[in-house]
Amino acid sequence: MDNKPESEFLLDIRNLSIDGQSGEEWLDIVKDVSFTLKRGQMLGLIGESGAGKSTIGLAAMGFARPGCRISGGEILFDGVDLRELRRQEKRSLRGARIAYVAQSAAASFNPAHRLIDQFSEIPVEHGISNKVDADADAIDLFTKLMMPFPDTIGFRYPHQVSGGQLQRAMTAMALSCRPDLIIFDEPTTALDVTTQIEVLATIRNIVDEFNTAAIYITHDLAVVAQMSDKIIVLRYGEKIEEADTRIMLSDPKEDYTKSLWAVRSFTKSSEPPEHEKVPLLTVDHVTAGYSSKEMILKNITFEVHRGQTVAVVGESGSGKSTTARVITGLLNPKQGQILFDGEPLPADYRKRTKDQLRQVQMIYQMADTAVNPRHRIRDIIGRPLSFYLGLTGNKYEQRIRELLEMIELDPDVFIDRYPGELSGGQKQRVCIARALAAEPQLIICDEVTSALDQLVAEGILKLLDRLQQEFNLAFMFITHDLATVRAIADRVVVMLQGEIVEQGTKDTVFSPPHHEYTDLLLSSVPEMDPDWLDNMLKSRVNTSDLIT
Amino acid sequence: MQKILNMVAQRLALGLVVLLVVSLIIFLGVELLPGDLAQAMLGQQATEETLIAFRKELRLDLPMHTRYLEWLFNILQGDFGRSLANNREISELIGSRLGNTLFLALFAATIAVPLSLTLGILAAMYRNSYYDRAINIVTLSSISFPEFFIAYILIFIFSINLGWMPSLSNVSADTPLGERLFVSLMPAITLTLVVVAHMMRMTRAAIINLLASPYIEMANLKGLSRARVILKHALPNALAPIINVIVINLAYLIVGVVIVEVVFVYPGLGQLIVDSVQKRDIPVVQACSLIFAATYILLNLTADILSIVTNPRLLHPK
Amino acid sequence: MSEAEIKTSLESADAKAPPPKTSKWDEAKLELRKAPLSAKFGLLVIVSYVFAAVFAPLLTPYGESEIVGEVFMEWDEVHILGTDNLGRDMLTRLLYGARNTVGIAFITTCVAFLIGGISGMLAAILGGWTDQILSRIVDVLMAIPQLIFALLLLTIFGTSIPVLIIIIAVLDSTRVFRLARAVSHNVVVTDFVESARLRGESMGWISIREVLPNIMPPLVAEFGLRFCFVFLLISGLSFLGLGLQPPTADWGSMVRDNATLITYGDITPLLPAGAIALLTVGVNFVVDWFLHKTSGLRDGQ
Repeated sequence: MDNKPESEFLLDIRNLSIDGQSGEEWLDIVKDVSFTLKRGQMLGLIGESGAGKSTIGLAAMGFARPGCRISGGEILFDGVDLRELRRQEKRSLRGARIAYVAQSAAASFNPAHRLIDQFSEIPVEHGISNKVDADADAIDLFTKLMMPFPDTIGFRYPHQVSGGQLQRAMTAMALSCRPDLIIFDEPTTALDVTTQIEVLATIRNIVDEFNTAAIYITHDLAVVAQMSDKIIVLRYGEKIEEADTRIMLSDPKEDYTKSLWAVRSFTKSSEPPEHEKVPLLTVDHVTAGYSSKEMILKNITFEVHRGQTVAVVGESGSGKSTTARVITGLLNPKQGQILFDGEPLPADYRKRTKDQLRQVQMIYQMADTAVNPRHRIRDIIGRPLSFYLGLTGNKYEQRIRELLEMIELDPDVFIDRYPGELSGGQKQRVCIARALAAEPQLIICDEVTSALDQLVAEGILKLLDRLQQEFNLAFMFITHDLATVRAIADRVVVMLQGEIVEQGTKDTVFSPPHHEYTDLLLSSVPEMDPDWLDNMLKSRVNTSDLIT
Repeated sequence: MQKILNMVAQRLALGLVVLLVVSLIIFLGVELLPGDLAQAMLGQQATEETLIAFRKELRLDLPMHTRYLEWLFNILQGDFGRSLANNREISELIGSRLGNTLFLALFAATIAVPLSLTLGILAAMYRNSYYDRAINIVTLSSISFPEFFIAYILIFIFSINLGWMPSLSNVSADTPLGERLFVSLMPAITLTLVVVAHMMRMTRAAIINLLASPYIEMANLKGLSRARVILKHALPNALAPIINVIVINLAYLIVGVVIVEVVFVYPGLGQLIVDSVQKRDIPVVQACSLIFAATYILLNLTADILSIVTNPRLLHPK
Repeated sequence: MSEAEIKTSLESADAKAPPPKTSKWDEAKLELRKAPLSAKFGLLVIVSYVFAAVFAPLLTPYGESEIVGEVFMEWDEVHILGTDNLGRDMLTRLLYGARNTVGIAFITTCVAFLIGGISGMLAAILGGWTDQILSRIVDVLMAIPQLIFALLLLTIFGTSIPVLIIIIAVLDSTRVFRLARAVSHNVVVTDFVESARLRGESMGWISIREVLPNIMPPLVAEFGLRFCFVFLLISGLSFLGLGLQPPTADWGSMVRDNATLITYGDITPLLPAGAIALLTVGVNFVVDWFLHKTSGLRDGQ
């Protein structure tokens, strides 16, 4: 390889096709994808889940997961086709010249070994360095990546270290042999918004410093706008469009790309109805926890009025889901109570009447586990009809069909299906229908769009908006995503570590002056502007400073 | 370190409690005998005096809890009472037989454990190869065969037809080691064949499960050699499941030993318990049950403790 | 970008219809055709045994315990497999053995499943004290090796058929309990069960309509495995003289009765033993195939 002229492209993928096994058959999951990457360039690979991004990322290393096979095309790395290489040769490239940073750092580190050992084994096994030098390099990289206690953190085990730190450690590990190319597979998806921004920054800086080429895989459009020099849009395993970042952001050519960019523009059009005298739901000075010593919620008070959407915003550990559990009666508060239409509700759901239970319905984050996989759609939607409303026979059948139409699913196609046959978005719609069937006045939505792709999520939000106007429903919308809040909320409640730090109408909360934490949250949401990250880093407040 | 010691102490205490409860069950079982024990044992013809004397001998006139405590106390000192069938000291009956049974079990284990671990790990590494599939069929069949089937086949081939091995395995206290090993070979092999099949399948399943972990994929993506991935990344995490597999099967050996001893007429604890059950010699059955149960509990306890001690999350707490 | 364009894109995200439905029958037939040789073999074995068990009286010329000739006669045209230690026809005894041994093992497994399955589900659904108490009882029962415990109880209660069934069913139900509890627990913590609870559904409804349908596959596989174990255990006990008693035709005791023939180089006693082995192998092959299908383990690259 020494005498070969340096190839123009570091990575040249030509007509790549990958098949995936489903049962006994092989399906196309990547179809005839081609692109190139120069040295030191960062490529953003975006698409919804199932688009084939991860699969392509791994293929760039000549790797296919069990159940997948690379069926066609060429993968030229520095002029050499990875498909032609023997196992031994591929192995010598991986880790040394091409590195991979996985989505879940916690799962990708071996629980039985120290972090620094997992770092050093790469250069040592590839014959590039010895243990002593490798360890020193590790500490150096940890420092550059702004990890706390860089001298000693390497000597810890994975479970002793937090998610954000593990992600940085994995990035360091990927850099251990100064590879030519790093593949980042959704590295910040599992992190909190406020941590995400720091990790993004460190990745960007270090990749610039070492002039490493990178492929950045994500489904978050704003993130890819910050990080990459050029962007490729994928859909159903095919390349839709490729362009330099600034050009693609300002002037997308394909409809699909345009629809992705437009996604963040939905905002609710209607004005919320007038406040009635008696709020529909009152959370009254609730303090609650799971053990007797530690309280997760501390003195929470807020109201939800008829026909209104209250967004409860916070990061993990803020207590938003716990609040929902107290409202539904799954968790008894130590102090305080829940009032519905002015009347106190029994703290334990088992003591509530059927009608009380009917009035408040809940929709969950993961539609996959929120419906019984052994029930047909008709039974899932129909049960509340027979249980609460006593519908039978023709009326029952009729109502199910009406509900299916309301959620924009064709009754003839879907009524006898099982959840396993539906997509994520379709399943979530079924959950909405199930909630509607009970004819409630309040629906609690617990992160209902967080697990969905952005296009699909947008569809769900629009549906909920329409239903709210039609039936004067009240929503309590739990989320960590401020873009969603901007789109659908009338009032906002901001929670941090079990306390409400700020609440009010959307406009009040979102415009300054506001609480420091709200400011931090708002500033952590990546914008579609490529310069946003740099600008943001200049005026940064640390989350840790707020928690005393 | 403190946390581990606490957990280990907890397990030990739990094991002790279970042992006590089990001894209670074994003791109480007899109390549930329908009818009167003395009457049942001595028959219809017994006179009133003989019945009274018998009851007194067996201390049946004392209240239950006193008898239980006395029985337990005696056992802890090594006194298991007397056999009803031949009035000999049970501890004497058990003495050498326990040693024989342990010898047989150990013999089988020494062959079985390394063999099944190797075969299992290889099968997991070369999943779905012809080797793997063949082994799957063979072991699946092997675990389906009753022990006496395997035993008689072996006897048929090696004792009757080929005449290489004796069909009866008689040992006594002063049999020299070499002869002992030779005579116990067939029973040991019978045991091994069944246990290896179970152990190999479980090991294979545990390793396959392990190899599907994300950190193993990561190790491969780091370009490490196959050997290194298996030895340095998979094995340290495989300790816990493998230990579990070994102990479950050792516990199984204890039970398999019973049938094998009967077929080969090997003078061990298994044969003793079967004979005693046939003669309804209850004190002996109780004593043997207690010993088997205690060994079983001890093995499970060891597995529990070993898996605690090899868990990296517990070894290096936050 | 126009509203219309965006609308089309957005709608198409969710409008993808599911693939057309195939009937359950067609799916089942397809699965059978794709099954590996071992599974087909196993199914054949099981069907034959069931056939033999059900139609035993019609297939044999003699009665179950009828003495028809001299002891230990060799295989000839009249007695295809010779006679046993009391002069009864071996073939007849073998066929009746199918009925007795397999039948009793099957009944015992069903009882074990009823006890263990129901209590396991209840422990997972009710939680709290119910779970604690049941689990502790099971822990203690499982602390004694099954064979030993069976021997102890048989000594005490005797070896009549109902007693045998009850003792083994109770002992084996502990394993079923553990499995049922574990798989039920996985279902109980899902959102759809929580959703049912919040609706106000009764425990009964949740158990039968929400939990039960989702735990069937592992339970069915376990039924096969437990059957094998129970079957082997009963045969083993009979072999030791402590299971089914004569004159009932039973494979385990038939091995025992005719064991001396081995020393004369006659393989007749291996026949009942082989019958036991063959059925167990067959069931294991089928269960193995079933597990492979439902666990869906992907195979490497």
